[in-house]
Amino acid sequence: MTASSIIEIERVTKTYGQGIAAFQALKGVDFAIDEGDFVAVMGPSGSGKSTIMNILGCLDTPTSGVFRFMGVEVQALTADQRSLLRRRYLGFVFQGFNLLARTTALENVELPLLYRGEKKSVRREAALEALDKVGLVPWAEHTPAELSGGQQQRVAIARALVSSPAVLLADEPTGNLDTERSIEIMHLLEDLNRTGITILMVTHEAEMASFARTVIHFRDGLVENVERGLHARAGATA
Amino acid sequence: MFGATLLLALREIRRHVLRSILTTLGIIIGIAGVVTMVTLGNGVSASIEEEINSFGANAFFIFPAQLDGQPPKPLKEGDIVAIRQQIAGVKSAAGQVQRAVTAFHNGQNWASDVEGASNDYMQARSIELEEGRQFSTAEEQSGANVCIIGPTVYEEIFVAGASPIGEEMRINNVSCSVIGMFKTRSVGGGNEDLDNMILMPIKNTQRRFVGNDDIGFIIVSYDSTYDSAAMQDALVDLMRERRLVPEGEDPDFELVDTAQANQAIATVIGLMTAMVAAIAGIALVVGGIGIMNIMLVSVTERTREIGIRLAIGALAREVRLQFLTEAVVLCCFGGMIGVLLALGLSYFLAGVMEIPWVFSPVTAVIAFLFCALLGIAFGYYPARRASKLDPIDALRHE
Repeated sequence: MTASSIIEIERVTKTYGQGIAAFQALKGVDFAIDEGDFVAVMGPSGSGKSTIMNILGCLDTPTSGVFRFMGVEVQALTADQRSLLRRRYLGFVFQGFNLLARTTALENVELPLLYRGEKKSVRREAALEALDKVGLVPWAEHTPAELSGGQQQRVAIARALVSSPAVLLADEPTGNLDTERSIEIMHLLEDLNRTGITILMVTHEAEMASFARTVIHFRDGLVENVERGLHARAGATA
Repeated sequence: MFGATLLLALREIRRHVLRSILTTLGIIIGIAGVVTMVTLGNGVSASIEEEINSFGANAFFIFPAQLDGQPPKPLKEGDIVAIRQQIAGVKSAAGQVQRAVTAFHNGQNWASDVEGASNDYMQARSIELEEGRQFSTAEEQSGANVCIIGPTVYEEIFVAGASPIGEEMRINNVSCSVIGMFKTRSVGGGNEDLDNMILMPIKNTQRRFVGNDDIGFIIVSYDSTYDSAAMQDALVDLMRERRLVPEGEDPDFELVDTAQANQAIATVIGLMTAMVAAIAGIALVVGGIGIMNIMLVSVTERTREIGIRLAIGALAREVRLQFLTEAVVLCCFGGMIGVLLALGLSYFLAGVMEIPWVFSPVTAVIAFLFCALLGIAFGYYPARRASKLDPIDALRHE
């Protein structure tokens, strides 16, 4: 574990259910993620990649083992403390975009700041700035239904960005998009990564994983192997 | 945080305008019902109270009563004197007789009533002068041809704007000079225009218009510090004795206590208002259940949204507060519409029923606060449920 590790996972297990119905989704995994890294988590379904994402996103806690986020042992925190951790340091991008329906892009992006208790003027300014980063300022007053899938995902990214998170978690961010939009989104994530945000992305598409510098392969609830030091895909801009 | 929560709640209601209105319909109807009924109840009370008070507050009325088809035995001046002298607590006792007459002045005539009265009578019935003076003692004793006219009489046959004082007028075939005019004493809903009266000394009225010395009724005003029940007993005993009513037989007169009648009617109206308000209150509770129902539906429908909120860092208590605020805002919104509706409805109905419109802001405020309370009571459970959701399950919810 290096001193610059933002995330440290040690002997983490996760078991769902009890007794004979018990299912071990994670069987003791270890890895660390450096600050500023761009990590792709890959693996077939049922390999435990969603489970580890939920744990890394502080939405869930491990059954055993240690999860240290910025030096804090998350498994020891209460639900409210984990909420505050998410609010302050994490941004989420989901496969299904998960925007609030009938709510404008701007209001969607403002939402995390609302929970932070920011003033209206601050919220608006920051939300517009985030929308600007994803190139959607002209669509600020549009509702999700009026936006394309790619635009919706960009709104979701703006929402994740608006609170300047340390880590952005993306769960199959391109899963619902065609290749062209997917590449656009990946470039956007790449750009964000360059500004210093650590990116953790679950994907099953090798093409999307090729944008990452580190790829963690999961299989049967265990880390199969970790590829480090990968460069951004050659010709990715093509 | 509360401002932000309120904003979220308002946005949510805006997202479902029609549903919000339908949801609050129960509350709207309930509040409109309660507030309208209480307002009308107040109006009816006020109207009756006013009517009774126009007879004189803290006063007894004694009327001759008909027994066994016999013409009622009239009351006489002697009765009044006896009451004044023999009953403790009596401030004044005065008789009244009344006849329908035609009044002439300024070349016009007008159907009115002459009321044989006295200064005591005017005081007991709270008749105040607009201008001019009361009867003098001499005028009362001699039965002079002087009169105090009511505002209706003035409007009908006197020159508008000019003082009637000192003018001569004719009543039937009796001429008299106007010495005063009393202030309006009419109340809404009455069947008799109390302003269309001409007051004359009772002796004069008896002599000129009635033809005997009978008295129509006696009004006894009393000191409010005296026990009205004891005074009533004393009055009944005195009158039975004077009118020679044998023991055990029904009296041939009626005695009415205005304060008591007031109280009895107020009690009945209060009860009726409370009953109708209670029924409307049930409508409110039903409305509250409607709110709870729709909030539960809303929580289920918005499970994913709750997941999103929790994922981006909303605390469980913030989610709870949001849903609770939504329920309270919905209820208050319904309450506000209900109060506004009640304002219009009660105003309209008061007009139709010819009763004063006595809108009490306190009632509106209580109704409104009650709505907020309903929102908390019926919104708490759904809000709690929302806050207990697991973010991962909620995000997966389709």
